[in-house]
Amino acid sequence: MINKLVLENLRHRWIRTLLSALVIGVQVMSILTLIGLSQGLLQESASRQKGTGADIFLKPENGGATISFSAGQTPEAFAPFVARQPHVAQVLPVFSTSVALLTTMSGVDIEGLNKMSGGLHLLEGHLPSSPNEILVDQYYAKQNNLHVGDQIRLLNRPWRVAGVMEGGVLGRIIAPLRSVQAAMASLDPPKVTQILVKLDDPQRTDQEVATLNKVLNGNLRAISMQEILSQFSINNLPELKVFIRVITGLAILVGFLVVFLSMYTAVVERTREIGILKALGAKPRTIIDLLVREALVLSLIGWVIGVVLAIAAKSAITALRPASLHIVNVPAWWPIAAVIAIVGALLGAFYPGMKAARQDAIEALSFE
Amino acid sequence: MNNGSPIIRVRGLQKTYHTSDVPVQALRGVDLDVAKGEFLAVVGPSGSGKSTLFHILGGLAAPTDGEVWIDGEDLRRMSDAERTEMRQRKVGFVFQKYNLLPTLTAKDNIAIAQSLAGKTTQPAGFERILEELGIAHRLTHRPRALSGGEQQRVAIARALVNEPAILLADEPTGNLDTANSEAVLEILRRLNKSIGQTILMITHNPEAAAYADRTVTMRDGRLS
Ligand SMILES: Nc1ncnc2c1ncn2[C@@H]1O[C@H](COP(=O)(O)OP(=O)(O)OP(=O)(O)O)[C@@H](O)[C@H]1O
Ligand SMILES: [Mg+2]
Repeated sequence: MINKLVLENLRHRWIRTLLSALVIGVQVMSILTLIGLSQGLLQESASRQKGTGADIFLKPENGGATISFSAGQTPEAFAPFVARQPHVAQVLPVFSTSVALLTTMSGVDIEGLNKMSGGLHLLEGHLPSSPNEILVDQYYAKQNNLHVGDQIRLLNRPWRVAGVMEGGVLGRIIAPLRSVQAAMASLDPPKVTQILVKLDDPQRTDQEVATLNKVLNGNLRAISMQEILSQFSINNLPELKVFIRVITGLAILVGFLVVFLSMYTAVVERTREIGILKALGAKPRTIIDLLVREALVLSLIGWVIGVVLAIAAKSAITALRPASLHIVNVPAWWPIAAVIAIVGALLGAFYPGMKAARQDAIEALSFE
Repeated sequence: MNNGSPIIRVRGLQKTYHTSDVPVQALRGVDLDVAKGEFLAVVGPSGSGKSTLFHILGGLAAPTDGEVWIDGEDLRRMSDAERTEMRQRKVGFVFQKYNLLPTLTAKDNIAIAQSLAGKTTQPAGFERILEELGIAHRLTHRPRALSGGEQQRVAIARALVNEPAILLADEPTGNLDTANSEAVLEILRRLNKSIGQTILMITHNPEAAAYADRTVTMRDGRLS
């Protein structure tokens, strides 16, 4: 019966109910979208690293995080040295640079990448055969409406799209190593941002990481593919974690304020009804219970709206920015978002509930 | 409980309100006995303390001083929680302004009173009471769709659903036209006669008071 009263009360003021739930829903959506975006970008970057087929990455020791959008540079001369080491089957020097927010262009020996990755899948066109030709992946092609033969300006010079490849190998845009180095004024002496290493036996990876770290003597750091992949996680990005916490905190705060306001006005508006319930023998606990349930229903409706909005936002982002923004649905976070919405609602219902429970029944009954 | 002893026994009841700067002495020593099955009318000028007396008898307010026994229980010894429980079991209120919950249907307004008292089944013969009240066919409507007279009859049904020892009606016809007033008063009298319901009714109207077995008058916080 209490539940019926809760639902009837929510239905009676359905615009307020819907608006409150909508605000909670937008908060839930922003959390889910933020997490989905973070995980999507990380997963996508990780899978592109994996797609290269390398066993070990050599990166300049820049003291900072392994995942960095502005990697340091190191002389390409290390590459032939590493190639001479035992068990090294192939080395591939790479120069990666950012051409747009979250979009990197990688200069590499394209034949070499074709070999190391086990073959690039071309959807259109052919592998670049001249210095100003590039490959783009299908997401970048779609987002920028590019086709084979199209001209595009990147790094302040014109390029011709030679082929469109299936994404998932190294970067969205792949160009000849020398051309990228030249565009970045890193040709004399030639520099690279990382060197990919393939072993004759992947089982030896851990061993070879140790050996390479020894012979490179701190000039470059060897990192196994395994370790690289494990580092593509939110837990390894302290700034992102803080950001997510702030957004979560804001969501709880906004949920709290919305429910507080909604319940507070409900309590004032229903002063008389609360008096009636008391005259009928409702305990203070029952009155609090009533408002808490109402807040819970609000937050659950808000949560459902938020999950639906987040799924819609994912589809919209994927359709509009297939290349630069990779986003995934994060069902694992749905229960967490529900808890966040509920915590905000319970906090918001608490004070109005206390106020209602303490109200004097006789005064409440004479309330106009 | 001995059948001869009154269902309500009040001695030297005082109530002082301290809500404003000046304390208001609403009741200044009320003595009252009401027998089981009696229909009592309480009349008196505005501000004389009639509603205050009902609020105390109904456990909505605590007495300042004096003795109050309801159905063998001493109100002075009751905590807030116990008075709340007494409201569920022993008392039915009917107000001038009907005081139905606007979002619930008539039926649910009755059901919530039951549910608050922790009961699930309506008492035997309640169907007949609904018939007598003439609202059996209006139960699925919300208060807004009911006339004042119908709302008051729903309120009476709600007050009776937990089979209270006493029914306290504070100006139950105050908002009703003559025809509806007469209908409600007739219903109260019939309930009193048919099921022996003890009823206390506040009224300003001598004609309404005439429906009762006995009339007492409140003046300046005292009964005479
Ligand atoms: N909650 C309260 N706080 C302070 N004073 C109150 C309160 N309730 C009632 N009073 C005062 O107590 C006195 C008695 O009020 P009460 O409502 O019992 O009178 P009444 O006989 O029911 O009057 P009416 O016929 O107008 O309903 C009045 O002077 C009133 O102002
Ligand atoms: Mg009064």
